[in-house]
Amino acid sequence: MSETIEQSIAQTARKHTISLLLENKFGALNRVAGMFSAKGYNLESITVGPTEDASVSRMTIVTKGDDAIIEQIIKQLNKLIDTLKVVDLTYDSFMERELALIKIGTTPENRPEIMQVVEIFQAKIIDISHKTLTVEATGSGQKVDAIIKMLKPFHIKEIARTGRVALKREFVGEV
Amino acid sequence: MTQQTTTPQRQMTGAEIFVRSLIEENVEIVFGYPGGAVIGIYDALHDISDIKHILTRHEQGAVHAAEGYAKASGRPGVALVTSGPGATNTVTGIADAYMDSIPIVVFTGQVALKLIGNDAFQEADIVGITRPITKHSYLVRDVNELATTIKEAFYVATTGRPGPVLVDLPKDVMATKTIFNYPKSVKLRSYQPHVEGNQKQLDKAVALISKAKRPVLYVGGGAILSNAAGELKKFAHKTKIPVTTTLHGLGAFPETDELSLGMLGMHGTWYSNTAVNYCDLLIAVGARFDDRVTGKTDAFAPEAKKIHIDVDPSNISKNVKVDVPIVGDVKKVLQQLLPLVSALDTKDWIQTIKNWKEEHPLRYNNGKYIRMQHVIQKISEMTKGKAVMISDVGQHQMWMAQFYQYIYPRTHLTSGGLGTMGFSLPASVGAAFARKDFPIVSISGDGGIQMNIQELATIREYNVPVKIIILNNGYLGMVRQWQELFWRKRYSHVEMLSPDYVKVAEAYGIPGFRATVTNEVEDVIKQLFATDGPALAEFKVVKEDNVYPMIPAGQTYHEIIDIPNEKSAPIEGEEQTDLEMVTFSKG
Repeated sequence: MSETIEQSIAQTARKHTISLLLENKFGALNRVAGMFSAKGYNLESITVGPTEDASVSRMTIVTKGDDAIIEQIIKQLNKLIDTLKVVDLTYDSFMERELALIKIGTTPENRPEIMQVVEIFQAKIIDISHKTLTVEATGSGQKVDAIIKMLKPFHIKEIARTGRVALKREFVGEV
Repeated sequence: MTQQTTTPQRQMTGAEIFVRSLIEENVEIVFGYPGGAVIGIYDALHDISDIKHILTRHEQGAVHAAEGYAKASGRPGVALVTSGPGATNTVTGIADAYMDSIPIVVFTGQVALKLIGNDAFQEADIVGITRPITKHSYLVRDVNELATTIKEAFYVATTGRPGPVLVDLPKDVMATKTIFNYPKSVKLRSYQPHVEGNQKQLDKAVALISKAKRPVLYVGGGAILSNAAGELKKFAHKTKIPVTTTLHGLGAFPETDELSLGMLGMHGTWYSNTAVNYCDLLIAVGARFDDRVTGKTDAFAPEAKKIHIDVDPSNISKNVKVDVPIVGDVKKVLQQLLPLVSALDTKDWIQTIKNWKEEHPLRYNNGKYIRMQHVIQKISEMTKGKAVMISDVGQHQMWMAQFYQYIYPRTHLTSGGLGTMGFSLPASVGAAFARKDFPIVSISGDGGIQMNIQELATIREYNVPVKIIILNNGYLGMVRQWQELFWRKRYSHVEMLSPDYVKVAEAYGIPGFRATVTNEVEDVIKQLFATDGPALAEFKVVKEDNVYPMIPAGQTYHEIIDIPNEKSAPIEGEEQTDLEMVTFSKG
């Protein structure tokens, strides 16, 4: 019984990208992260940084939930006193980017093959040593996932990912 | 009041600015407890006659007293404590205020800025600890921000959905000097609570109301917080819609009114729960569809269209999906709705409810030994709604909700959301300073009274005229009831010893009285009320008694257990004799 309920919830749960503008004040990130853990909401990634206005921070949150949960998440974010604006980008056309640094253990034999993968993904090599090579990959989360997958057969030593940043797309013409 | 247009341009310490800011906010009373980190603030308070300081005997007591003051007066309550343990002792009170949307501002001392994070003596990250249980919090890092922060703190605590705000005051900041300049007003670009209801939503609500045949108003604490009792009465009378209230809604609508159904929910009246189950329109007014009200949410008011008026958008469709949400201040929204609605033909519906009231009244068997219901009913008869009743948590809390007839707003104070034992006694201290016109009655069980019994000293010291009632059954009665009903009567660690409360009272210099049999009850209550200043009465009540009606947790209306007609177990192994059925109805 409970399995079918869980399944139906899982079916309707989807990933949402939420963009949040908030006062750039002491402890603001903590309030947002704390709210997610206190309410038991899923938090896939969270990024924060300054905006064009130094008094305002932008946070990009990737979370997962069914419609009722996402509605509550947005309301709870709005409820925080420091919150200026909450936008669920999911239903809009939006640009998203993520950056990953991938450090790979190399041998003289496999180095050309790795460089080929890097080129196909239009990524960059930003550090090189006799035994390693570090790649900077930028793109959608899916693209970053894909390059990591392609590099997996080689010896990946370390990965650092930023989490997603996103903005609403203004272009509205026919694509 | 204090329009300080010519602010003196002299330098003041943070501590002086703090005190001056409270005066600007018209704070008349502070409940607090001094300590090392706030010694400078206490020094600044020393010469101030505009602010009364009440020294409680525990910081938890200070916060509950601030809550009691706020609940009884509608004005923000203020607590002031030191850093570290002083601050952590406020946590339960702050959580309590958060759950019940009580406007309080808690000022905590903090170690000097450069020591923060060093595990300094009496250091605690109180902003971090209380983040999930405050509406907002501040750490003041610069004395130039102090006045603005205090202004903001009071504004945030008292507007929108009210709640506790904490302001952490590092010791060195409070010793630093600057020019005092209190802002006249505050505007936060990130915080603008809705007040007026959206016209489209109002129109939709009016359309639903006009079609209703069996409507019910379900009124919560929001109606009291927004001072909407007058509007609610007009609305109910104009539309002829019966009114049931939540625990926190008690007093929002007079229970002497024929439209009153008393309280609904787990221990609500049989007829209110029945009316909600069969209603075709439920209008939630400043209520949040709490699990103690709804039971199983998808079976709550199953036949009804639902309108929900609430100032907090996150309350809408949180527990129960509603048809027409209206976000706004309850008072304002009712004012907007009033000219748009007209009388409904609810004559048959009201008659049906009247029959239910006659068939299933609140009732108990009165015998030789005292039942809690009887004590509360007697107080109700004697005070006629003109008392501020402050309950603790447990069985007596539910009976105080059932068997006292509430008429006026802000006369029923309780810890509803958090369910904090030990709330009543300190809260009554705050309430007594807020209301001089009504007697203040604090009721606790033998469990709860022992959780903040130290406040008897506060009551004695300031001669706070609280009538303290202890209903002693020798058990944690509500837990025992659940163990009896749902845990095969295995009474695990619920029986407890009490001191001699009359002697305790006397030791504190408070007159004490005791009743052990039913026919002493009335006299003891009379003595209690006839005593000037504080007085305490202990009632030895039947040991095993259960609160009914009851909808067991998470179940539906159809699982309701009505009040049984058999006698309850006597005290001290003696037979309960001379049973007489007493009935009691709301409305």
